[in-house]
Amino acid sequence: MTQPSEIERLIEMMAKLPGLGPRSARRAVLHLVARRDAQLAPLARQMQLVADTARECTNCGNIGTADLCPICTDPRRANGQICVVETVADLWAMERASVFSGRYHVLGGTLSALDAIGPEELRIPQLVARIDEEAVREVILALPATVDGQTTAHYIADRLEERVALTSLAQGVPIGGELDFLDDGTITAALNARKPL
Amino acid sequence: MPGLYLSHLALSHFRSHRRAEVAADGRPIAIFGPNGAGKTNLLEAVSLFSPGRGMRRAAVQEMSRKPEALGWKVVGVLQSLGHAHEIEMRCEAGGARELRVDGKSAPQLALGRLARVIWLTPAMDRLWTEGADGRRRFLDRIALSFFPEHGEAALAYEKAMRERNRLLKEDLRDPAWYAALESQMARAGAAIAAGRRAALDRVEAAQAAAETAFPAAELGVRYPEEMPEVEEALATGLAEGRRRDLAAGRTLIGPHRADLAATYAEKGMPAAECSTGEQKALLISLVLANARALAGEIGAAPILLLDEVAAHLDAGRRAALYDEVCALGAQAWMTGTGPDLFEALGDRAQRIEVTEAGGESHLRPL
Ligand SMILES: Nc1ncnc2c1ncn2[C@@H]1O[C@H](COP(=O)(O)OP(=O)(O)OP(=O)(O)O)[C@@H](O)[C@H]1O
Ligand SMILES: [Mg+2]
Ligand SMILES: [Zn+2]
Repeated sequence: MTQPSEIERLIEMMAKLPGLGPRSARRAVLHLVARRDAQLAPLARQMQLVADTARECTNCGNIGTADLCPICTDPRRANGQICVVETVADLWAMERASVFSGRYHVLGGTLSALDAIGPEELRIPQLVARIDEEAVREVILALPATVDGQTTAHYIADRLEERVALTSLAQGVPIGGELDFLDDGTITAALNARKPL
Repeated sequence: MPGLYLSHLALSHFRSHRRAEVAADGRPIAIFGPNGAGKTNLLEAVSLFSPGRGMRRAAVQEMSRKPEALGWKVVGVLQSLGHAHEIEMRCEAGGARELRVDGKSAPQLALGRLARVIWLTPAMDRLWTEGADGRRRFLDRIALSFFPEHGEAALAYEKAMRERNRLLKEDLRDPAWYAALESQMARAGAAIAAGRRAALDRVEAAQAAAETAFPAAELGVRYPEEMPEVEEALATGLAEGRRRDLAAGRTLIGPHRADLAATYAEKGMPAAECSTGEQKALLISLVLANARALAGEIGAAPILLLDEVAAHLDAGRRAALYDEVCALGAQAWMTGTGPDLFEALGDRAQRIEVTEAGGESHLRPL
């Protein structure tokens, strides 16, 4: 290519982002370079800021900029409900729909012996500990309808049985991974129609 | 006619076919040409219209035309009970198989709801004498043809069992983890067992009701040891078997251990002890009965892939097979080395000649 290597390198890095490819990355970089002061420099500063501060919430696994995320520090969200999701993207999808007023627990994956992902890797012991610490009455399992997702749901249900009410999002709604792709109305309906396990 | 058939098929860089097209009208298709011309390759492409790895159980990359190995594409227009669907399967070099139905990407199991494809290959000549795996796969193909959801159950069971086997091998002892997997194995396993039985009942009924030149078989599902087929009982059985399974390093009960038992009804002879010709006739009989039962149930016969069946049959049996296939209204893709094998079909079939030149297959519709 004829671009100086610094710019070419930036294009390569951008092209690796989800939703972007070499062509769209090139377009974005051209756009930014042409607006160096108005957009590129502020973007670089913001990225540095996030790189310095972003971290996992030690309580729920959400991404934030402090030890505890805004949901875990907000006393109004301590309503006795925890919604268990696979990914942060799922959590954010639920938040966008703004139907759920409790807290979350992000597993960061699903149980899979074949992939060497066990209960410890999924912060399940932390979830168990949170039941008493946060006086939880209901755990809502919003996990994928895949074998691994349902194994995880069963497993958590087994560990929490008789300590809390266990529910799962309405059957037939594709959840987890796909939560992120559902529209708000569908998420709301699935939450309102949740069923005891 | 509101049947189930491919009205158009195009292959691109699929095995020996660089570029091949077939236009079809729903009649059986007689495909002939010398050894190595590319006849079975054509049938294999059609077999991909049902979920799974196709009739050779080959890896997707293997199907890429060599030496280029650029990936491949198979596109078909499927006439399915009055609806036409464009089905496109492709595989980039080094990539996985991708499926699009009417322009939208779809999971492979979606094919089971659109197309029903059943095949007989020369490799299945030894089905009754070789291991249970082949017979179990044959049984599951039959079940899948009736119940598309059989595929989902089989995949879920397989996945959960592989997970459980890993726990066993690593000697993990978390009972909640076992129970979580076993509950899913039990649910899927019970569905698989029920689907197999229901499918065999239908095939047996279709054999009994038909006038056919092919021998009837008594069919059954056998297990090496007792296997509870009801969900709760299977879950209990799996839980109780943990200790034994830990020692074995794998799961010892379940539908994955099933075998298909067949007896040549008229003689009361187990299939494995029948003559070569009788064994073949039994297989053909089951495939035809499957097709008849399915035609009665969904209103159309499945697509049949009969690779080199003609060669093994005497002229009388051959004519009888053609008559039955035509009576079913099935789009049967049949191969043979010469056109004479298909003479008895007259104008009831389309014909395609396949030749090979310069490492490339060529199709010539006649
Ligand atoms: N990936 C591939 N790329 C190129 N050629 C291939 C590939 N896979 C198989 N072939 C070749 O395709 C040719 C035709 O194979 P095919 O099995 O279709 O023959 P056939 O017409 O059924 O012959 P027969 O009558 O012997 O059964 C073979 O020579 C085989 O080596
Ligand atoms: Mg062949
Ligand atoms: Zn948090």
